Amino acid sequence: MAERRTWNPLRSEQEAFELVVGAIAYFGAIALAAGLGGLWAGLAVFLVLTVAGIAWFVNRNRRPEPKAPMGSRATPEDEHRVLVVANETVAGRALHDAVRRSTVGRPSHVLVVSPALNSPLRHFVSDEDGARAAAQARLGRSLHALADAGIDAHGEVGDADPLQAIEDALRTFGADEIIISTHPLGRSNWLEKGIVSGAQQRFTVPITHVVVDLDAERSTADAPTTTA
Amino acid sequence: MEAHAAPAEHHHGPPAAHVSSRIDARVLGMLLFIGSEIMLFGSFFTAYFFVRVVNHYPWPPHGQQLPVFVAGINTAILVTSSFTMHWAQTSIKKGNRAGLQAGLALTFFMGLTFLLTQIAEYARIGFSPSDNAFTTIFFSLTGLHGMHVFVGLTLLLFATIRSFRGHFSPEHHHGVEIPGIYWHFVDVMWIVVYTTVYIL
Repeated sequence: MAERRTWNPLRSEQEAFELVVGAIAYFGAIALAAGLGGLWAGLAVFLVLTVAGIAWFVNRNRRPEPKAPMGSRATPEDEHRVLVVANETVAGRALHDAVRRSTVGRPSHVLVVSPALNSPLRHFVSDEDGARAAAQARLGRSLHALADAGIDAHGEVGDADPLQAIEDALRTFGADEIIISTHPLGRSNWLEKGIVSGAQQRFTVPITHVVVDLDAERSTADAPTTTA
Repeated sequence: MEAHAAPAEHHHGPPAAHVSSRIDARVLGMLLFIGSEIMLFGSFFTAYFFVRVVNHYPWPPHGQQLPVFVAGINTAILVTSSFTMHWAQTSIKKGNRAGLQAGLALTFFMGLTFLLTQIAEYARIGFSPSDNAFTTIFFSLTGLHGMHVFVGLTLLLFATIRSFRGHFSPEHHHGVEIPGIYWHFVDVMWIVVYTTVYIL
């Protein structure tokens, strides 16, 4: 099932043509009503069609059809491949523990993808350099943190949309498991956007969701240790 | 002595910039351009509605007639040209070059007919832009649109010539897509102009 894109009459000739057909129907109906029924009939048709058009546009773009569930490319039988998708939380202990649990005792390959998060305006005008540089810096720190935790991993910067970043990675890397790391509920933008549930619907690869509370980990680390 | 030259990989200019994976830069350019066009037309329509609705100016003033019938025929021609434009686009997507050429040529000639008819109507309409507020706005709005038709015709002419020279393929037809978007935009603007200025 193909994903339904946001309707945009300035993006393709097909959509621009649909706008022409819509404009003919819209203005034709208004002119016809005004000609046959007078000013108020024309105004009524104008209001009804305008409200209906706006409702159709908003409704269509609010509920895009989900993509068909996607699997991963083939992975080596003798190797466990883990795809980690994380941003600020990649330095979290909970994530390191989850990766370690997943890879311990068997040959493993870990890929960390850091989505190049960007503002909608900058994304819209293709101004991604800053976002990619920031994501690259985060990724560098992440890999360093994972190495310190004894986890050998490599990484790459991904698309601004985490789901698209996962899809891109699955096409080239292939994974037996995906670990998505987020802040706790209430502080996580990804959870608010339904990234984890969206990934579970969109990909057939097993998904582990790890919640990293960086504040709690920090306060635990800062707390004075008592000695016997 | 034998010289060994490594196969050179010539690199010209800076590396490719990072760009969004969703919006093609050329489509974005067209989007911004049409956005500015909508603002331009919007300012003219604001003047029109101000004069006609806010000031209760009679439309058209007594003693002056708009060529509604001829403009209606012209509207039908322009609307039809959008359909032939769409036919050209769908044809090249299917690899039908004859359909592309016929569609583009028909679109161009219908657009030209529209423009020439409008010029002929200007010559015999019986009032001039400097007569009163009604005539000023009438010529401004329809003239502004006429200039856009002229630009669209120029784009279509290039696309038509290129189609007859063997350009474009089912995979690469941006040179048809972009003029097509522009042409449909010009068409929609005329539907708005015709409905508001001539009909209502």
